[in-house]
Amino acid sequence: MSTDVVVKIEKVTKVFPRGNVIALQDIDLALVPGEFVSLIGPSGCGKSTLLRIVGDLIEPTSGTVTVNGKPARRARLDHDYGIVFQDAVLFDWRTVSKNIAVPLELLGWSREKRKQRVEEMLELVELAGFADHHPWQLSGGMQQRVSIARALAFEPALLLMDEPFGALDEMTRERLNLELLSIWQQLGSTVVFVTHSISEAVFLSTRVVVMSPRPGRIAGIVDIDLPAQRSVETREDPRYFELVTQVRELLRKRGEHLLPEEEAQLLETAE
Amino acid sequence: MSAVAIGVTKRGRGGGIGRAARRSAAVVLLLLALVGFYELYRWVWSSAGFTWPFVVDSTSMPHMWTILKAFGQPAQVNQPPLITILFHKSLFTAKEAIVGFGLGAIVGFGLGVILVHSRLLQRGFLPYIVASQTIPILAIAPMVVIWVNPRLPGPFQGWGSVAVIAAFLTFFPVTINTLRGLQSADPRALELMRTYAASRWTILWKLRVPTSMPYVFSALKLAATACVVGAIIGELPSGLQDGLGGAILNFNQYYSIEPQELWATNIAAALLGIVFFVTIVIAEKLIVRRAPENVG
Repeated sequence: MSTDVVVKIEKVTKVFPRGNVIALQDIDLALVPGEFVSLIGPSGCGKSTLLRIVGDLIEPTSGTVTVNGKPARRARLDHDYGIVFQDAVLFDWRTVSKNIAVPLELLGWSREKRKQRVEEMLELVELAGFADHHPWQLSGGMQQRVSIARALAFEPALLLMDEPFGALDEMTRERLNLELLSIWQQLGSTVVFVTHSISEAVFLSTRVVVMSPRPGRIAGIVDIDLPAQRSVETREDPRYFELVTQVRELLRKRGEHLLPEEEAQLLETAE
Repeated sequence: MSAVAIGVTKRGRGGGIGRAARRSAAVVLLLLALVGFYELYRWVWSSAGFTWPFVVDSTSMPHMWTILKAFGQPAQVNQPPLITILFHKSLFTAKEAIVGFGLGAIVGFGLGVILVHSRLLQRGFLPYIVASQTIPILAIAPMVVIWVNPRLPGPFQGWGSVAVIAAFLTFFPVTINTLRGLQSADPRALELMRTYAASRWTILWKLRVPTSMPYVFSALKLAATACVVGAIIGELPSGLQDGLGGAILNFNQYYSIEPQELWATNIAAALLGIVFFVTIVIAEKLIVRRAPENVG
């Protein structure tokens, strides 16, 4: 099996029995190592469902998902990915550093190794002074940084993020976007990032997958050819605005059933 | 951002002591007010000659000072003062109650843990657990004494079966609240544990048990008072004279002559219950505020 592909999604369909809703239909997508792929679309397009299928939190009705060349279930059991939800989901009874250590404890790391790694992670998310704080003493943005540190603590090759900054205010969100980029560049992990913010998706990603609802499918993929080193100025780059417009136009087609040729055309204009 | 977080941790220590002093002052004032109300009611009813709901005299409502004085006087000639006797009897009942509390808490928690993992057992067993509590404790106490006592090793003879009766009253709230607490784990946290491929056992100790602690402790507070009541009631059919139950039975017979002795015994029993309750409150403060995994 080839390991050049971190995530391979083939013909994935998900039907929820209740109401017979087709959440996803024939999704094909492959992620290469080091990619930062955003899934964007209106609510009901199945972007979170797709992420959960990749993480083996739900099973597809048909189709297959492989992660690191293994079935999704095997990959989950092997701790091949870390996950960040919209809410930080921290344990209130544990301090910040003990929260980050949760997956390391489950992996049976020694106390010494855990302590060292937690310190590195705190450094990475710039929370070194808050090791002994409890989650309720932190702001929402800081809690989410703890959650990211926890997801990355055991160095998974893949990071799944389900609208991680959705509950934060715009200012915090933009700062965390920059921090996430710097973390991603340091660690070189592959990221699947679910969002419904166009600007966030374009700013962060190497590819943006635009999805449309009923049934959930891929409306188009936009390659983000912005320079790898991104900063506050990137948001003022004319190319950035062009890409934002492209994603927005793909989104506007939502609900319309695009023929394959139209889709190809849309993709061409994206290039 | 960081300023906010630091501000939360720095709580004034001096303010804490001041608050504790104010709180104890409030408790004392409230107690005095209650005593004052008792005496006021007594005075109004006896001087006006009210007979509803009952006639007020020194048998139905002895003066507070009579009751307090009774503590200092021997109940029978050639005996130490009542307070000494009640103290020793309280210790005896406390021993039964503590063992009963421990047994009941362990059994109750264990049952909760078992039931949370099986819907089938929950459906099957819960009705019987509820039914067990509808049986009056006085009705089963003699049977427990007969069943349990012969099996007990020497030092546990007699009071051991009373502890079992106290445990019978203790386990129920603990089971119900443990079950509820273990079920209250955040579904997203359970999902997170699933991404870690955590086993049931790991999920239980790392997530469910810590989440259940506030629930368990509110049950333990109920159980702390229930086990004292259970121990006192358990002493009655066991024929034990060494505890508060025996004292209550004894002073009951002399109530029409010396009511203040039963009142004094009741106050001793209430104080014992309060000591148990406060102990659990303190334990909760120590355990629940900190990370539970640091305790073990």
